[in-house]
Amino acid sequence: MATEALSVSNLHAYYGDSHVLYGVSFALEARGVLALLGRNGAGKSTCISSIMGLLPPREGEIKLFGKTISGLAPEQISKLGIGLVPQGRRIFPSLSVRENLAVAAQRQTEGDKPWTLARIYDLFPRMKERQNQLAGSLSGGEQQMLAIGRGLMGNPKVLLLDEPSEGLAPLIVQEVGRTIKRLKDEGQSIILVEQNSQLALEVADQVVILNTGECAFVGTAEEVRANDDLITQNLGIFHAH
Amino acid sequence: MQSGNTLTRTVLALVAVLLIGAAGFSYVSSIRSPQFAVIQALNSLALGGLLFLLASGFSLIFGLMRLANLTHGAFFMLGAYIGANILRSYDGVNLWFAMIGAGIAVAVFGGLLERFVLRQLSSNSLGQVLVTLGMSFIVADACLMIWGGDPIPVPTPAAFQSPLRVAGFMFPTYRLVVVLCAVAAAIGLYLLLERTRLGAMIRAGVDDMQMARAVGIPVSKLFTAVFMLGAGIAGAAGVLGGPIMSAYPGLDADMLPLALIVVILGGVGSLIGAFVGSFIIGFIYTFGTALLPDLAYVILFLPMIVVIAFRPQGLFGRMSA
Ligand SMILES: Nc1ncnc2c1ncn2[C@@H]1O[C@H](COP(=O)(O)OP(=O)(O)O)[C@@H](O)[C@H]1O
Ligand SMILES: [Mg+2]
Repeated sequence: MATEALSVSNLHAYYGDSHVLYGVSFALEARGVLALLGRNGAGKSTCISSIMGLLPPREGEIKLFGKTISGLAPEQISKLGIGLVPQGRRIFPSLSVRENLAVAAQRQTEGDKPWTLARIYDLFPRMKERQNQLAGSLSGGEQQMLAIGRGLMGNPKVLLLDEPSEGLAPLIVQEVGRTIKRLKDEGQSIILVEQNSQLALEVADQVVILNTGECAFVGTAEEVRANDDLITQNLGIFHAH
Repeated sequence: MQSGNTLTRTVLALVAVLLIGAAGFSYVSSIRSPQFAVIQALNSLALGGLLFLLASGFSLIFGLMRLANLTHGAFFMLGAYIGANILRSYDGVNLWFAMIGAGIAVAVFGGLLERFVLRQLSSNSLGQVLVTLGMSFIVADACLMIWGGDPIPVPTPAAFQSPLRVAGFMFPTYRLVVVLCAVAAAIGLYLLLERTRLGAMIRAGVDDMQMARAVGIPVSKLFTAVFMLGAGIAGAAGVLGGPIMSAYPGLDADMLPLALIVVILGGVGSLIGAFVGSFIIGFIYTFGTALLPDLAYVILFLPMIVVIAFRPQGLFGRMSA
């Protein structure tokens, strides 16, 4: 059996009194990509926030390589090896590009090729050109590259990508897709949330489909690719790009 | 683009300060004497410098922690008393040593307050503000108990006692020293915030606290560090202002409202705003009390109301308070 990089079991999450996730369970295999799909409002971002510790789960357990992380503070979870590229990018607008990356750097404890400023610039040459510019002045696509770079600077064992193609021009979406593949080839374990199911299914090994806070499907990407009904029923064709 | 904007506004605001200062200066020269005006101008600058030392910490704490720390005036007074006490108790100790000692003592006090009191209320911002207000009363009462009700003078260092004579005017030297210290502190704070990784972490926390935590920035340690820094600067400023204001009961309540006006005027969380706002208020308050003592507070609140009406976030602020 493959090693589980991240396992979520029986996750219940609430915003105040409103119950949003009802016992979500799945497990991401090490060095794999798990696509987390679902309609708008299905609870994908809530799932990501719970894993990151931004919205501590009310019930259920989240484990990173066997170590329980649910209940810890986000900064501790980040130190233990989860990197977040949030929906809407949320780069620090009043910091320069370089500073956005530098503040997220963390001491590397293991791993053969740690991410450094130089390697991020290598991955996204445009970030090097713009390193002294304020991040708030970047274009949407550049902000997305920066958000991915910032997520990598912590040398995460698992990278959470929440709708990285949202609101981007088709060419930039392709570049984001290529970047995700490259990260996967380097052995990065990834949870990828996408509305663009085509992009997600191209790279994913595993798929979880959420429907109003519950898992409607948990399985392999092949099963989903072979069964168009799954997508039409659970995602709605109007979301497919 | 954004920084260009800030630059334009800084230049405009500095020009405004100079114009207000020049107008006040020439008016006062004409109705009193040029020497009187020189003294008032330097008093304005010195008060502005002290206000900056108070307001910059207040503003930084508010920007990062979203906490209006009403103990900040008490930090200033506590520093003044501790400094006065050090200078009174140990012969031959100079003012700089007293400043460092009082700054460290007040920083430690601030750190304890943040860790053991405010931290417990982190989800209750109204509770936090009320606790800081209550804490300022406790500090004021404790100072009254320990040091009594009479003002304790802080001697001006011997080197700065005699005024400078330039072009036939006398310039009170120590006022100039206070201004230089404030400018040095402003440069130091600017470099800390803009040129170090720690400063970038603080700005990241101001931009987006949750995201800062998610990239592993130890926000809780940052809170304590910034709170201690702000408290320490306020405490040291109390000693620096000692030779001008001395240490007396009510010093906290005299300084805090001025610092609040500075922060509202300059913009919450903005170092440049605190700097420009401090000198504007320094001039307005000093010349206002000298010329129209009955209307000093009206003159003081007027620019604040104008700014709130047209720029609720303050001259340099990005967030609405
Ligand atoms: N901060 C919040 N407070 C209250 N409800 C929220 C909040 N964020 C999201 N929700 C609700 O939780 C549900 C799931 O949202 P979300 O996880 O953002 O969905 P997705 O990312 O799949 O589009 C939605 O019904 C949404 O309205
Ligand atoms: Mg979402």
